[in-house]
Amino acid sequence: MATFIDRRLDGKNKSSVNRQRFIRRFKGQIKKAVAEAMNGRSITDIDNGEKVNIPARDLSEPVFGHGPGGRREAIHPGNREFTTGDRMARPQGGAGGGAGGGQASNTGEGEDDFVFELSREEFLELFFEDLELPNLVRTQLAKATEFKSVRAGFTSAGNPANIDVVRSLRGALARRMAMAAPYSRRLREAEEELQRLLDELPIDEIRAQTLVAEIEHLRARVRAVPFIDTFDLRYVNRVQQPQPTTQAVMFCIMDVSGSMDRARKDLAKRFFTLLYLFLQRNYEKIEVVFIRHHTVAKEVDEQEFFYSRETGGTVVSSALELTADVMRERYPVSSWNLYVAQASDGDNWHHDSPACRDLLLQRIMPYVRYYAYIEITPDRHQSLWEAYEEVKAQHPHFAMRQIDGPADIYPVFRDLFKRRVS
Amino acid sequence: MSESKLIADSSEWTFPMIERYNEVIGQIAVNEFGLDVYPNQIEIITAEQMMDAYSSVGMPLGYKHWSYGKQFVLTEKNYRRGQMGLAYEIVINSDPCIAYLMEENTAMMQALVIAHAAYGHNSFFKGNYLFRTWTSADAIIDYLLFARNYVAECEERHGEEAVELFLDSCHALMNYGVDRYKHPSPLSLSEEKQRQREREDYLQSQINDLWRTVPIKPLEAAAEEAQRYPAEPQENLLYFIEKSAPLLEPWQRELVRIVRKIAQYFYPQRQTQVMNEGWATFIHYTLMNRLYDEGYVNDGFMIEFLQSHTSVVHQLPFDHPYYSGINPYALGFAMMSDIQRICREPTTEDRHWFPDIAGQDWIKTLDFAMRNFKDESFIAQFLSPKLMRDFKLFAVLDDDLQDELEVTAIHDDPGYRRLRLALADQYNLGSREPNIQVWNVAHRKDRSLTLRHTRYHRRPLHSESTQEVLKHLHRLWGFTVRMEAVDEDGKVELMGECPAGK
Repeated sequence: MATFIDRRLDGKNKSSVNRQRFIRRFKGQIKKAVAEAMNGRSITDIDNGEKVNIPARDLSEPVFGHGPGGRREAIHPGNREFTTGDRMARPQGGAGGGAGGGQASNTGEGEDDFVFELSREEFLELFFEDLELPNLVRTQLAKATEFKSVRAGFTSAGNPANIDVVRSLRGALARRMAMAAPYSRRLREAEEELQRLLDELPIDEIRAQTLVAEIEHLRARVRAVPFIDTFDLRYVNRVQQPQPTTQAVMFCIMDVSGSMDRARKDLAKRFFTLLYLFLQRNYEKIEVVFIRHHTVAKEVDEQEFFYSRETGGTVVSSALELTADVMRERYPVSSWNLYVAQASDGDNWHHDSPACRDLLLQRIMPYVRYYAYIEITPDRHQSLWEAYEEVKAQHPHFAMRQIDGPADIYPVFRDLFKRRVS
Repeated sequence: MSESKLIADSSEWTFPMIERYNEVIGQIAVNEFGLDVYPNQIEIITAEQMMDAYSSVGMPLGYKHWSYGKQFVLTEKNYRRGQMGLAYEIVINSDPCIAYLMEENTAMMQALVIAHAAYGHNSFFKGNYLFRTWTSADAIIDYLLFARNYVAECEERHGEEAVELFLDSCHALMNYGVDRYKHPSPLSLSEEKQRQREREDYLQSQINDLWRTVPIKPLEAAAEEAQRYPAEPQENLLYFIEKSAPLLEPWQRELVRIVRKIAQYFYPQRQTQVMNEGWATFIHYTLMNRLYDEGYVNDGFMIEFLQSHTSVVHQLPFDHPYYSGINPYALGFAMMSDIQRICREPTTEDRHWFPDIAGQDWIKTLDFAMRNFKDESFIAQFLSPKLMRDFKLFAVLDDDLQDELEVTAIHDDPGYRRLRLALADQYNLGSREPNIQVWNVAHRKDRSLTLRHTRYHRRPLHSESTQEVLKHLHRLWGFTVRMEAVDEDGKVELMGECPAGK
């Protein structure tokens, strides 16, 4: 009469294609939402999915329907006090009295936002999109923890390529010794006895003959112990270990003088985020130090870093000095990987630039793994750029770039990613 | 004795257990109540799979389209946030009748769902005249498969985007893809495939003929000018587009047809919400009680069942903050039970109102009611004064010519008939949806297409969405499309045009 089918093991993502299509179709809106989300969230919080709001009317599927007006009679349950002929004011907004609610739902178009959640992959995909990251880097960043296979002792089973010769032979030697031991002992005794017999006169011929035969036999037995046996083979054992095992600290340095406006700060934020993502891929623990500066530098929290406004002149060296101090005090090179990302509009007090160069060359560059600098300005370069070019000439792990759009950010990191990918 | 009959007393279900439930329920349903059902195919699925099933609007295999993705995203969000429980079951009008049970259900729920879906809905699908005329349960799965493959093929040949945009436009007119009065021809996969090619060629030749530009004699032209095309207004917009839109490619016509056929498949469901759910609920309620009487289930089972049952058939009063109209389960279940009551213990009032059924065999009467009505006529026929009193129904007239709302009828003697008519009208698709028909094609002029909306009780079209739908219609038609409204005095007014004229 009935067939029972257990479908639980069948695929469950029947709708994923439709979901992808939905996202592709509303990419414009979703991307806007992602960009807004980026503003709202912290750099270190990049690696999660995101709730995205789309105005409902943008994705409504229109059909012919009745609008308000005309004459309609609606039936409702739960009458308590009304009698025929009662009149009442039309409820505003419909919801309150409930009267009219039934019919209105035929035509009502909910204006609520359509909220849904992007998965982490979908979010990063959209986030990366206008950064123009090469695909390889993209997958590398989006991938969750990577494992590295590390040697962990030896096993007795494995593939031939992993045979450890020294270990195997050492094992074989021990086995040979062990297996031959009873014969060797007897052999030694037999040889000694034979010697004794030969030393004494008269020689006991018969006994000597027997001993010689036994010795021959024992030698054969000892030789018969195989030189190496499958039993002796030892293979290098490898286990998967989560790769990021070290710690890094990332210094974000930003110029907050009056000329850095909202848009520039947003760009800078993306720049910092990208470095953070990269570091996160490679290090287990990351600390972020935010240093902002105008004429004096100050270490702040992220909120203040991006959202407080200051005005005043610009002395970049103040920030570099603070960075160098923080490095020396809190992040010894022996246990930390240091990365610095600096964003600025290129403005600097003219006489300060050589000081910056010297600071970098002497107190910072020798210790950091990578130093990335972006100059967000459409104008011509100023003295700071020239000073930095000198630094670049001396240090290959110093990258700098003038940018005016998100697409220009990635090249700053190109070397950084290249090195890791290979 | 009852001890030995008890099927289980654990709330964890197992396959043998639900098979046993199904067997017992099936026996009672068929032997005692004479239900005529399709064979059942009961599938156990997970919550994720249930969300998949949800988002494809109950089609076991749908073609790919972003709107289903949107539905999925929405369902998933609501479910994950706990704003919405998933339905315990989805049942598909097909032969064999496919019912999905969720693995999370308790043993009681599985039994309930089997009774509700596999016997209640199933017998409704098989018996109700609307389903019998409009859908062919044995062919739907094949047809959906055909549609899915065809759409995929089109995407390959013409690009995903072109197909998707085109389907958007068809979906916008989906509700106008059915012949309300003509009987449809049944679906069949083999015929579909076989005829599809011929149809493409034939249609194309027909259309070319219609739009022939070879000059004809002026006299004839004048005569034809007066002749309208189509000769009579057409209510099935999609059908009209499929057959007459001048610029569509053959594959596009086929897509229109697919959407139209699927609309047709769902058309009965939209018209029998109250009846379908009411019937299934009534059946499960009756069957569960029989199980209990026979000793197949114990008190604990029954208490759990009643708790779930009462929450399903609960009707909130209009002034409750969560009130959202009349609950079709509540109304349907109450009406079905009420018919049973009228048959078994009629009062004087019942004898006066329902002379035909009072005191009759309730099983036959209910079977008759289930087979031969849709929501509108079912309510008009069977809503009893007692029920109107129980529900405390009242009618509110909202007329934009008056400043205030007026209570026009309540659950009292003078009000019964008016209440009943108004409630029936509320379930009439013809008045719920705007009445829009193809009026004219200016086939000797600019080829523009004119639709007419015949207003009902002066209700206007929703202006924004109408504009949007007209854009979609324009995409299908290829030339100017126009919407006119005809009011009750026959006055015609232009409501919208795409591309916007003047």
